[in-house]
Amino acid sequence: MDFFQVFIELAQSTVRLSTPLILAALAGLFTERAGVFDIGLEGKMLGAAFAAGCVAYISQSVMMGLFAAVLVSVLLSLVHGYASITQRGSQIVSGVAINFVVAGSTVILGEAWFRQGGRTPALTEDGRFGRITLPFADAVREVPILGPLYSGLLSGHSPLTYLAFLMVPASWWILYRTRFGLRLRAVGENPGAVDTAGISVIWLRYRAVICCGILCGIAGAYLSLAANAGFTKGMTAGKGYIALAALIFAKWRPKNILFACLLFGFLDAFAIRYQGYAFPLIGRVPVQFMQALPYILTVILLAGFIGKAIPPKAGGVPYVKER
Amino acid sequence: MSELAIELQGIDKSFGLVHANRNINLKVRKGTIHGIIGENGAGKSTLMSILYGFYQADHGDILVDGRKADIRDPNAAIAAGIGMVHQHFMLVENFTVLENIMLGAEESQILNAGITKARAELKRLEKEYALEVDPDAVIEELPVGIQQRVEILKALYRRADILILDEPTGVLTPAEADHLFRILEQLKAEGKTVLLITHKLREIMAITDEVSVMRRGEMVATRTTKETSVEELAELMVGRRVLLRVEKGEAKPADVKLSVKNLTVRDSRGVTMVDDVSFDIRAGEIVGIAGVAGNGQSELLEAISGIRRAKSGTVLLNGKPIDVTGHADPAELRKRGLAHVPEDRHHVGLVLKFEESENAILGYHDDPKYRKGMLLDIDAIRADAEEKIAAYDIRPPNPRLKTANFSGGNQQKIVLAREMERDPDVLVIGQPTRGVDVGAIEFIHRRIIEMRDQGKAVLLVSVELDEIRALSDRILVMFAGRVVGERTPDASEGELGLLMAGVEGRKEAAE
Repeated sequence: MDFFQVFIELAQSTVRLSTPLILAALAGLFTERAGVFDIGLEGKMLGAAFAAGCVAYISQSVMMGLFAAVLVSVLLSLVHGYASITQRGSQIVSGVAINFVVAGSTVILGEAWFRQGGRTPALTEDGRFGRITLPFADAVREVPILGPLYSGLLSGHSPLTYLAFLMVPASWWILYRTRFGLRLRAVGENPGAVDTAGISVIWLRYRAVICCGILCGIAGAYLSLAANAGFTKGMTAGKGYIALAALIFAKWRPKNILFACLLFGFLDAFAIRYQGYAFPLIGRVPVQFMQALPYILTVILLAGFIGKAIPPKAGGVPYVKER
Repeated sequence: MSELAIELQGIDKSFGLVHANRNINLKVRKGTIHGIIGENGAGKSTLMSILYGFYQADHGDILVDGRKADIRDPNAAIAAGIGMVHQHFMLVENFTVLENIMLGAEESQILNAGITKARAELKRLEKEYALEVDPDAVIEELPVGIQQRVEILKALYRRADILILDEPTGVLTPAEADHLFRILEQLKAEGKTVLLITHKLREIMAITDEVSVMRRGEMVATRTTKETSVEELAELMVGRRVLLRVEKGEAKPADVKLSVKNLTVRDSRGVTMVDDVSFDIRAGEIVGIAGVAGNGQSELLEAISGIRRAKSGTVLLNGKPIDVTGHADPAELRKRGLAHVPEDRHHVGLVLKFEESENAILGYHDDPKYRKGMLLDIDAIRADAEEKIAAYDIRPPNPRLKTANFSGGNQQKIVLAREMERDPDVLVIGQPTRGVDVGAIEFIHRRIIEMRDQGKAVLLVSVELDEIRALSDRILVMFAGRVVGERTPDASEGELGLLMAGVEGRKEAAE
């Protein structure tokens, strides 16, 4: 197989594997920029994927599945918000709790409802997102270089993938060009400044958490309705944590998030493609090593190469009016 | 139209058991600068936070411009024309000036539309009040004086007619404070009303038209500034006569106890903060280091007390060297007779979450007298703390109270008691009265002079020039990391001020 063909295939699967990472990392961006750390991205995505699988199967409607995913994820976000914003609890504990509750309850409910060992039944084409073929994709396929790039790489993805990539500039615009974004970034740095400016810190943070829920919901729906045909237990497989790593790696900036997620997606695609493949000089690389690579990379690059990632200053700290 | 910008009637506020404001009545006339003075914890900030809608009063009414105003949140205060500059600036540090000023007053959902307008309005305000700032500068890169200007602009941008400033000079250099006062005069000339909260008597006398005094949650008096005196105000604040000028006899310097030679210290960024500094301190004298904050005094103190590693130079304590360029161990230095009262008591001097008695032995916890085998002897520690509480009049006299719940002055006394009661040979003391109220200042100054009279060598660093002049037997002035001059305490304030600004020093160095 020629090199160019391999490149297109790797790039194609990189895009597919990056999609949930981008959505989840952007979800984390909204809440963390507002000062609410969220380690529960994983749980919300998993809950959303489960809800999408169940509802899409029962209703045979992919949009109902997506709606259910977003609803469940937003509800979980509100639980996190209630614990960490209203009750001023530990954001880490609340996030971890959500991860555990969802990991367990999706299996129990799935088994009770469908009796397939924690899976939801396989979805037919109606219950899944199809692939969008861009105009003229077939016509230009034979054009050298540009043809495969267009029809092989740009065309033929799920609508949620296009949505994810569009959400990157959209999130940037919301955060940096709207009043909501200005206030959201301010509340993550100095909630006192927001409070004394006459804006409700609590309501603002709740809105940020809801944004996070919506994006996490879409990420979860992508897993069970687009990447796969149904829910399988633990199907997020750490993607929520990778998204968090990407968020830190990207220093909480939308454009960097895109590149970080593409990099991690590429590592994943590479690991899958070259599983068990013997490289010259190195030999066979254990698959576990490839899976650990995003985390290792984050630590190494943060430690020395891309400089310090400075989190939002008020992140992780519940807001209490000082006396 | 009313004569009064603000009238408070019977304001009452409690936090749990603490009665912060009791039946406060206050009248502030329009177009005046009205000072509110009181010791730390007298309830000044609480009262102003109520006026700004940050807290709600339990009882009482607020009248703005003669009409009753229902100020339930900062929004309502802003709408009523009240603006506030908080003690700790309410700015987003990684935002630009413009973004900070717009925050909460953006006018439209999408920012672009408002930005041009905000920029124009900001320009107009800058002109009108002579408050230049670069709208695109990022806050964290600006000096505190300019940051404060942004806070004032924020209030003016929201069309405030009444401006509350809470302890505005605490973070400013003397020059910046003077500049602030000129701005306030300008605001007054434009017809604004200014409420200035402070515990510094000098500021009240320098700038206000009227002054109200608070003590323990009550408003005890209102005076016309011209008709009152520093002595009267101090007495009203503290509730008893206060000696503002410490009395001290002639110094009797003996042997050199601390000798610093060619000390050079760099900060974490590699900038030279202390540049080839040398001096000696003898037993029985107080050497004061004057200077505007940030000219190397902090780094000098840290190097001598073993907290920061010096680049080069030697320091002799009782004639024996301290390994200042290597691993000087603060615990070791303490045993050798060097006591250190750090500048920043909250971060270096105390653990605020600890009980008073625990802080009272911090750093001396290895002393066998506090130990019972492997364990701490809690009874001995508390008994010891109680002795110090009695000797230093620390209030409330409860060794088990969390240190954060003591006032600034009492916290400082906890540190002083710990360091002074160890009978050190050398006492290194930074900003002894920062954030400390008048009554406690008098006490602390007396203790420092007592230490001198007992034959200790005292190194005093303070940004308060009055304090340096009142206590020191010799004054060294630091500028840009160097000692640019030595003066006696009789040197005039103007002369020292020029040295501190680096003007005289350059001339002297050139000669």
